[in-house]
Amino acid sequence: MIQLEYFLLLAAALFCIGIYGLVTSRNVIRVLMSIELMLNAVNLNLMAFSNYLDPASATGQVFTVFVITIAAAEASVGLAIVLSIYRNRDTVDMEQFNLLKW
Amino acid sequence: MTLAEGVQLVSFGLLAAMMIAAALGVVLLSNIVYSAFLLGIVFVSISGMYVLLNAGFVAAAQILIYVGAVNVLILFGIMLVNKREDFAPVRRAWLGKVATGAVCLGLFALLSTMVLGTPWALSSEAAIGDGATVMIGLHFFSDFLLPFELASVLLLIALVGAIILARREFIPDEMPQDTVGDALKLPERPRELVPASRDGAES
Repeated sequence: MIQLEYFLLLAAALFCIGIYGLVTSRNVIRVLMSIELMLNAVNLNLMAFSNYLDPASATGQVFTVFVITIAAAEASVGLAIVLSIYRNRDTVDMEQFNLLKW
Repeated sequence: MTLAEGVQLVSFGLLAAMMIAAALGVVLLSNIVYSAFLLGIVFVSISGMYVLLNAGFVAAAQILIYVGAVNVLILFGIMLVNKREDFAPVRRAWLGKVATGAVCLGLFALLSTMVLGTPWALSSEAAIGDGATVMIGLHFFSDFLLPFELASVLLLIALVGAIILARREFIPDEMPQDTVGDALKLPERPRELVPASRDGAES
């Protein structure tokens, strides 16, 4: 039988991969993709808890649906911001976006 | 889930291997188009995980929204900012990568010890399985009604905000006189027509 711990470990691994990509990527769109990876890891956690700890009332699935909704909105606004920055700075390099640097 | 336990275990292993490999590819590959397609593979395998977790509705929603909408949106974003540029090397970039990798591995070790060391209060109730769809609907219209309505407002805000952010900004020199006729028009800078040259086709 698949244990709860397997899913939690898998979600932790996916989350850590997402953090690594978020910090080390130079391309803005890859940063957005890393954020999606992290959101999916959290969703997997919620679904595993929903199935193993509270199987009768699917509250975790409701939360997952909310997270999916927010993630879709985040992706659209994020890509719009990336397009706007790209028109202004003519690059997608994260290291060049230092207008707000001290 | 009515599958045999061996089948469940094997499919879990396959999905997990596929997911981790594709996620590593998303982060580590240099071509961003490959990364976007591998991201779709990650989403599909997570949807398979949801099926293993007795949640068919969320699995379908995952496929529809993530693979169908978010991944396609990211591919369109890549197409629109398609600039094959070589990033200027940063001094001691390897140090940052090594430090980040160490931090991520440490975080993973921390989370694993927490996960393996916690006595989870596992429930022995039977999963509701396909009745989860009805249950999600009941939750949406009873105790999660306010977040549900707020999510719809948030989606509308994101829709309008994305359009406003991504449109070509236009500041008219003189205010138009015919305000009645132009009231519903969103002023937009005329696009610079890019000649379809060989250079543009390759880049």
